[in-house]
Amino acid sequence: MTKLVQIFSSRRTWAWPYVLFMALFVVLPLILVGYYAFTDIDGQFTLRNFAKFFGHSEAIQTFLYSVMIAVLNTLICLVIGYPAAYIMAQEDFRTPKVMAMLFILPMWINFLLRTVATVELFNMCGLPLGEGALLFGLCYDYLPFMIYPIYNTLQKMDNSLVEAAQDLGANRWTCFWKIIVPLSMPGVYSGVVMVFMPTVSTFAIAELLTHNNIKLFGSLIQDYITTTDLLNYGAVLSLLLLVIIGLTSFFGEHDSTGGEKGGLV
Amino acid sequence: MRYCEKTLIGYMAKSEYIIEVNHVSKQFEDGKFALDDVSLQVKKGEFVTILGPSGCGKTTLLRCIAGFQVASSGDILLKGEDVTKTPPYKRPVNTVFQKYALFPHLNVFNNVAFGLKLKKEDPATIKKKVRQALKMANLTGYEERKVDTLSGGQQQRVAIARAIVNKPEVLLLDEPLSALDLKMRHDMQIELKELHEKLGITFIYVTHDQEEALTLSDRVVVMNEGKIQQTGTPTDIYNEPQNCFVADFIGESNILSGTMIRDRKVEFCGKQFDCIDEGFGENNPVDVVIRPEDIYIWESKVESQKSKADNDDVDPEDRVPKGRFTKWYGEVQSCIFKGVHYEMRVLTPDGYEFLIQDYHEFLPGTEVGMLVRPEDIQIMKKEHHVYNYFDGEVLKNGKVRFLEAEWDVEGKQLEGLEAGDKVQVRVKFRDIDLQDYEEEGTLSGEVHFILYKGNHYHLTIRTDEGYDLYVNTTDVWDDGDRVGIVIKPKDIKIEKVQSDNEEGTKD
Repeated sequence: MTKLVQIFSSRRTWAWPYVLFMALFVVLPLILVGYYAFTDIDGQFTLRNFAKFFGHSEAIQTFLYSVMIAVLNTLICLVIGYPAAYIMAQEDFRTPKVMAMLFILPMWINFLLRTVATVELFNMCGLPLGEGALLFGLCYDYLPFMIYPIYNTLQKMDNSLVEAAQDLGANRWTCFWKIIVPLSMPGVYSGVVMVFMPTVSTFAIAELLTHNNIKLFGSLIQDYITTTDLLNYGAVLSLLLLVIIGLTSFFGEHDSTGGEKGGLV
Repeated sequence: MRYCEKTLIGYMAKSEYIIEVNHVSKQFEDGKFALDDVSLQVKKGEFVTILGPSGCGKTTLLRCIAGFQVASSGDILLKGEDVTKTPPYKRPVNTVFQKYALFPHLNVFNNVAFGLKLKKEDPATIKKKVRQALKMANLTGYEERKVDTLSGGQQQRVAIARAIVNKPEVLLLDEPLSALDLKMRHDMQIELKELHEKLGITFIYVTHDQEEALTLSDRVVVMNEGKIQQTGTPTDIYNEPQNCFVADFIGESNILSGTMIRDRKVEFCGKQFDCIDEGFGENNPVDVVIRPEDIYIWESKVESQKSKADNDDVDPEDRVPKGRFTKWYGEVQSCIFKGVHYEMRVLTPDGYEFLIQDYHEFLPGTEVGMLVRPEDIQIMKKEHHVYNYFDGEVLKNGKVRFLEAEWDVEGKQLEGLEAGDKVQVRVKFRDIDLQDYEEEGTLSGEVHFILYKGNHYHLTIRTDEGYDLYVNTTDVWDDGDRVGIVIKPKDIKIEKVQSDNEEGTKD
């Protein structure tokens, strides 16, 4: 009995379910992706899957296109999101909570439902689905992920820094570029990573908003993985995508001098 | 004609004052006044300290001068030019902020060079000037350091260097030393004083630390509740406080109620004292201030103080001035060692308590004699006397309305009065009862200011409706305590207001 109590009062014991979960749903899939990427259909070690990718111009094109769409979406979100976050973080802005709520509110609904609704909206207005619709949908889905971390850093920023800059002769414009922007970079990095990573691997939104006319890398992987004999090739594509996403998360880590940390990641 | 006048004033200002604050008020959105008709003139090269407790408006005044806040009314002139609405980046002043406000993404050099770079000076000049400024602030060799690797004192120096490198006409310092530890603070005080002498520019220094204010400044401006209470040299402020607030806030003091018998003669604690003040009239109530270090104290050899004449009692160690001074006696209640001196609380037989500082220790229970030199007795006009006065109105139900509440009064008070009559209500300070529970009072309010008057407390109570009333009590209250206010019907005196120009005090 005392032993049982001992076991349950130990913090180590309580970690086990999580370890198990991580092993089953994070580590194992990663190992499997790696395993399939480096083997052929018979289970023999091979690099042919990689060779195939670099000779497969359609795949490379889709890959580049996906990255481009993701970059474009990240840029649009940044251009729209930064001013929104900046306005919300102003001291004399009276309803930042309401505003933040309005941005967050769509996230209460599953993104697939939202995307389906967007399709209907486009149909209703008689707008064509395609690249434009895709970008609109992506932006609509991921904008809050950009606004929130930036808002967070801006809001925590010491207002006396802005006053100090003004005191030293900086007008609003100079003050914005020399003080506010550099100091909000941690938030921007978080936002960029949080928007770029999921967009580059998205597929459902693309399928729905372009009637399957535009294929993103995510859709491509899905196609191969679901086809049994091309599973290994699909694994290679997944691995490449993982590497790209992994690289983006390093983006922003190199510089942590930004003082005020406060992004989401 | 008006134009002429204006230019003339402008011209005079240019010649004499670098900063002029004229009737500046600042009202916040909630209607409260942070500054209430503040006027202040500062000469070129002066070291002026604005001193006051937190929330007294001192920082607001500084921020209005710096341009971070715009005055609701009144105007501010810098070198004779109206800058009331000029944005901060166009003003020839620089600020040292309370929490330094250094730019965390820039190193020391770039922090200091920030203002110069904005002025587009050439790199060589910038480098030279930054070096100079860092040298002034004793920070040579720290150019490449990141600001967050510096200690508080070093960061403070960077902040000072960053401000002085621009050669401002006026340097504004907003409690710059409040975040430093005591020893560091003392060192920085000396350095600031030296810096002021070297630079020769005007310093305006905001602090809540009275010692700092007295040490550093040429002139001290004491503020409270958005108003300037007194302006003067440190010695003036300390030795001749103009009101109870200043006396109480600057240093320690014994504040007592007294009566000015005639010129140079004042009575308090039931004894008459010689003093050097004149012009308070005859038999007028006054407040008397005696600094704790100005009271001479010795162990009394008199067995029974009443039986022998005062003058027979001599101090064995000869530390007490000789002469025909009024002496009084008491028993030491407590004695605390304060480093350089001892601080004693002495209670007289008739219930007055005195705070006394002396280099000698007098243990509790010791019978002591006390005296004070006439020149160390500071007399102040009593701001409020025995009575609170309120405007009131007789109601139909036989009650009287004042302070936005209805009060029961004795029937005989209402004789000859009709409903609707305007009256003046008079209540003695000591007739107001304060209750622990605000529900028990006819009115509720908050203890706003406390003054110990030797044998009782003089409180200012601010009602929830914003009226001030004065209460004398022997009960101990704390600043900010919520109280219920009760006045017994027999203690409310009513007088019919005869003409329109009859006025009552209503704050």
